[in-house]
Amino acid sequence: MSQRASLSLGSVGMVFQGSDGPNAVLDHVDLDVAEGDFLAIVGRSGCGKTTLLRIMAGLQRPTSGRVLLEGCPVTGPEPRVGLVFQHYAATLLPWKRALDNVLFGLSMRRADRGAWRERGLALMARMGLEECAERYPWELSGGMQQRIVLARALIRAPRVLLLDEPFASVDETTRAGLQELLRGLHRTEACSIVLVTHNLEEVIHLSRRVVILGGRPARVERALDTARGLTRETLRSHLSVAGGAA
Amino acid sequence: MVNNRGRLLGAGLVALMLSGWEVASLAGWLNPFLFPPVHAILVGLAESLLDGRLVAAVTASLARGGAGYLIAALAGIGLGTLAGYHPVVRQAIEPIVDLVRPLPSPAIIPVAILFLGIGAAMKIFIVAWACFFPILLNTVDGVRGVPTPLIETARNLGLGYFRTLRDVILPSASPTIGTGLRISLAIMLILTVVAEMVAGSSGIGYLILEAERTFRVAEMYGFILALATVGLLLNRGFLALDRRLLAWHHAMQRRSTP
Repeated sequence: MSQRASLSLGSVGMVFQGSDGPNAVLDHVDLDVAEGDFLAIVGRSGCGKTTLLRIMAGLQRPTSGRVLLEGCPVTGPEPRVGLVFQHYAATLLPWKRALDNVLFGLSMRRADRGAWRERGLALMARMGLEECAERYPWELSGGMQQRIVLARALIRAPRVLLLDEPFASVDETTRAGLQELLRGLHRTEACSIVLVTHNLEEVIHLSRRVVILGGRPARVERALDTARGLTRETLRSHLSVAGGAA
Repeated sequence: MVNNRGRLLGAGLVALMLSGWEVASLAGWLNPFLFPPVHAILVGLAESLLDGRLVAAVTASLARGGAGYLIAALAGIGLGTLAGYHPVVRQAIEPIVDLVRPLPSPAIIPVAILFLGIGAAMKIFIVAWACFFPILLNTVDGVRGVPTPLIETARNLGLGYFRTLRDVILPSASPTIGTGLRISLAIMLILTVVAEMVAGSSGIGYLILEAERTFRVAEMYGFILALATVGLLLNRGFLALDRRLLAWHHAMQRRSTP
C-alpha cells in the first residue's frame, strides 16, 4: 500500500460562535489518511467526530489548520470525497427512484446517460439492489436505503469515502451484512475509507487503523494499528483513558 | 362502500334541502321574492348560459383572477424560496410581512383604485396581493423544512447554488408550496368577485350585484350557484393536478399512515 496521503489534516481546529460565546470543538487535529487506508475514528458522543468529517469533506471550513486532498487544499465541498451521513435516509430524494438517486448530481451529457444508467445498475447489482432500481427510497428497508446511499457515493469513484456511523440505525443482521459489503468494497474500490463509529467490533474487524479523539476541545489522543492484534478490551481501555464512550 | 354511502347521504341531503326550498317557496312559507322557487333559479341559470352572458362573465373573471394568481405564485415562490434559504432575507422581510399580512385584502381596494383606476389592472393587483401571502409563507416553511442533510448532500455531490435550488430545494418543498397555492386559489376567486362588485362592469361578481340591484333575485341565485360550481371545479382540477405532480408525496404519506 502506498504511503502517500490521500487526505491530510494539519493542526485543524474548529471554534463555533454560539449565543453564549465561542465553543472550541476541535484543537490541533493532525491526521493522515493514506491511499487505500481504512481508518476508524472513535470518541465520546459529541466530541466533534461529525464536525471532523464535515471538515474533511469541505462542508465546513476549519477555524485553523489546513486540509489537503491529494496535496491540494480543500476549500469547499469536494466531490472527490464521498460522504455518507449518519441520517442517511434524509439524504435520499423521495421523489426520485432508487437508480435516479444513485445517479443524482452526476454531470452527464445526454449521449452518456445510457452508459451511466448501466453503470448504476451494475453497481446496485453488486450491492444486492438489482430489484430496487425502479422503487422509491421510502418503499425500501433501512438497509437497502443505506446501500443506495453508498452506491451514490461510490459511483463517483471517490478518492476518500467518509462514513458517519453508517450502521447505527439498522438491526444486527443488516449491520453484519453491510459491514461485509463495506469490507468487500474496500478491497475492490480504489478509495480510502474513514469510518466514524461507536461499534468497537467494526473498528477491530474493518479498519486498519483507529484514531481516538478525546479531550475538550477534541484532539487525537491515540492512534492505534488494528492489524497488530488490537482487542476490543484494549481499545475500550484506551477509550476510557481518553474519555471516550462506546 | 363507506365512501359511496357517505356521498349518497350528502347528495340526498342537498336534494332534500332543494326540494324543501322549492315546496316552501311555492307554498308561500318562504317569501318567494327572497327565496324564488328552485326551478326558477335553474331556468334563469340556463338562460344566462344559452345567451352567453354567464360564459363571458366567468371567462372575464377567470382571466383577471388567473393573471393575479400567476403573478402571486411567481412572486411568492420566488421570494419565499430566497427567504426560506437565506435567513438574512427572511429577517429583512419579516417585519413588513407581519405588518401588512393581517390587513384584510378588501381594505386595499380603495388604494388600488387610487393608483390603478377601476379597470382590469386594479382587480389583477388585488388578487395578486391577496394570494401572495399564503404562497409566500408556505414556500418559506417548505424551504426551511428541507432536511439539512439533503442540502449538504447536494453540496457534497458538487451541485452549485442554482442546481441545488432547482433539483433539491424546490422539489422537496413542493408539497408545502402546493398547500399555499391551493389556499390562494380560493382566495383568488373571492377577491376577484369582491373587486368586481366594488368597481366592475363585467365578470361574475358584477353579474351577481347587478342582478340584486335590478331585483332579478332568481338570476342572482343562479349566478351564485354558477360561481360555487366554478370554485368546485377549480379546486377539483387543482387536486387532480396535485395528485399527478406530487404522486410520490401522496404515496409516501399513504405508506406511512397506519
